Amino acid sequence: MIGLFKVKEKQREEAKNTNSRGASVKKQSAGELRLHKDITELNLPESCTISFPNGKNDLMNFEVTIKPDEGYYKNGKFVFTFQVSSVYPHEAPKVKCITKVYHPNIDLEGNVCLNILREDWKPVLNINTVIYGLFHLFTEPNYEDPLNHDAAAVLKTNPKQFETNVRRAMGGGYVGNTSFPRCI
Amino acid sequence: MADLEAPQSKSRDLDKLLLRAGNLVGPDFYPGTEVKALISQLSIVSSSFSDFVIRLLSLRVLVVGAGGLGCELLKDLALSGFRNLDVIDMDRIEVTNLNRQFLFRLEDVGKPKAEIAAKRVMERVSGVEIVPHFSRIEDKELEFYNNFNIIALGLDSIEARRYINGVACGFLEYDEDDTPRRETIKPMVDGGTEGFKGHARVIVPGVTPCFECTIWLFPPQVKFPLCTLAETPRNAAHCIEYAHLIKWHEVHGGKSFDPDEPEHMKWVYDEAVKRAELFGIPGVTYSLTQGVVKNIIPAIASTNAIISAACALETLKIVSGCSKTLANYLTYNGGEGLHTKVTEFVRDKDCLVCGPGILIELDTSVTLQKFIDMLEEHPKLLLSKASVKHGKDSLYMQAPPVLEEMHRPNLSKSLYDLMGRVQKDTVHVFGTALKNEEKQSSLTKLRVVFKGADGVADMDTAIGA
Ligand SMILES: [Zn+2]
Repeated sequence: MIGLFKVKEKQREEAKNTNSRGASVKKQSAGELRLHKDITELNLPESCTISFPNGKNDLMNFEVTIKPDEGYYKNGKFVFTFQVSSVYPHEAPKVKCITKVYHPNIDLEGNVCLNILREDWKPVLNINTVIYGLFHLFTEPNYEDPLNHDAAAVLKTNPKQFETNVRRAMGGGYVGNTSFPRCI
Repeated sequence: MADLEAPQSKSRDLDKLLLRAGNLVGPDFYPGTEVKALISQLSIVSSSFSDFVIRLLSLRVLVVGAGGLGCELLKDLALSGFRNLDVIDMDRIEVTNLNRQFLFRLEDVGKPKAEIAAKRVMERVSGVEIVPHFSRIEDKELEFYNNFNIIALGLDSIEARRYINGVACGFLEYDEDDTPRRETIKPMVDGGTEGFKGHARVIVPGVTPCFECTIWLFPPQVKFPLCTLAETPRNAAHCIEYAHLIKWHEVHGGKSFDPDEPEHMKWVYDEAVKRAELFGIPGVTYSLTQGVVKNIIPAIASTNAIISAACALETLKIVSGCSKTLANYLTYNGGEGLHTKVTEFVRDKDCLVCGPGILIELDTSVTLQKFIDMLEEHPKLLLSKASVKHGKDSLYMQAPPVLEEMHRPNLSKSLYDLMGRVQKDTVHVFGTALKNEEKQSSLTKLRVVFKGADGVADMDTAIGA
């Protein structure tokens, strides 16, 4: 194996040539490459749009806007932030809902209870799957995995009341003591 | 020459390995004092040494990480005769390190690990020169890493391993016939421990699988469902994660949690205790809180020692050739009884990090648009709707429309200019490829070489232009 070091001087010369490039080209992470591929392959329903607030040089942080076209949340507009780390897809993206929403699976701080974002994340999943998962939360909110207790209890026992509450919240009103911004 | 060595030499045992031939030695092993000098960088270069050895006297080893494993590695390498070591670590010493990071003392708490580790080993092992780097690995220029002949990794994160692997594989170059060029190979020896378990592996980029080829060896860390944390905590870790992931944001709003800030950690601990009391769950302690939040699995000093010893020996074997190297992944499990096994993993020939990629020769005048069109025609690629990435820069993205628009102006520029007027470099292309008459998503590495551009001269004109 000593042969590896035989041509050390030659390597030095090589280094001189690569030097200029080393400075200009920043190392990309394998995660970043995979993310870029994921992004070009997005195949989203019309109700979901993606945007890049930091421009084309930062695709690791982006926003997804979901406007459900059916269900309790029809015509609402909900914005999620995605933070993707350099270990993606080894780790799931970090997702937060920055629109305050009355929802059994999203708490008032924007934490989202979606299995594929935590316990069921697999590297074969991608950004598209996550966005579909979020979209699904609005068409079929689920009282069995509650993050917002109260909303889950109402959905379970009185769906009519739940619907009224959702409408009120999206219209910029109060549900109980909590005020919600208008998002419709 | 062996009998010239003092019989009481502290390297008596090493001499047996390095000064004698044997049946298990590597193909290029030349026993003798020359090889020993090569490793230990004897300060007096004997006139009897050949040019070959004198050239080799600049052998340098980088140790990445000065934690539990890093301390062991530095000590082991120094005692194995290595004389020129560097160590890089961004952390400062904490009280909780002292049980296993044996180079540190109570009075060192708060000081950079790399600096203290280097100092302590130099105090104890005469003749060794260790240069500490108190720095993030990402903050060093790529050329810094090219100064070393071999890199030993004592890390605890996948992220850091992936980074160093990318850097080391980045130096690898291939000949026209896709054989790796020996002089560009930067071998790595990687150790890792988790409690009673550990691994040691040898990565020779282009020859053995790199970290990325076998990324599946590290399954994603299992995370608790948020709703379990919020609704039905069943153990101490659930209470801690509740305080860390949910309660923190509820109380502190936008202020982000910093795991290295003791006050933040204390706050999470206090909240976790309250939560545990509420649900009647025992077992929340401050160190468990740190462990859960930082995802630390308790480290065991002896496991570190075993894994480090294996890594140090592999390093010695790679540079001296005194024995064949580990092929290529050793797992150690001391949890129930003792089990150790070596598995020879194979390379992913299409690995985006260590693979040769497809060689493409271009004129310097070729525009990005033309290049993308060529990819569709290229028999090995047949890639339609290609997006192109060069290092951190995306040169073109086909979708979504908002990004396509931002990159569109690049299409009419020459690829040579877009790539910073270098004579050759790697780009990655992705899109839809036609394979076996079927369209499938594809991500491929290309080695682009520009005809008629010879690096230096063109750099000058580029600056002049
Ligand atoms: Zn690889």
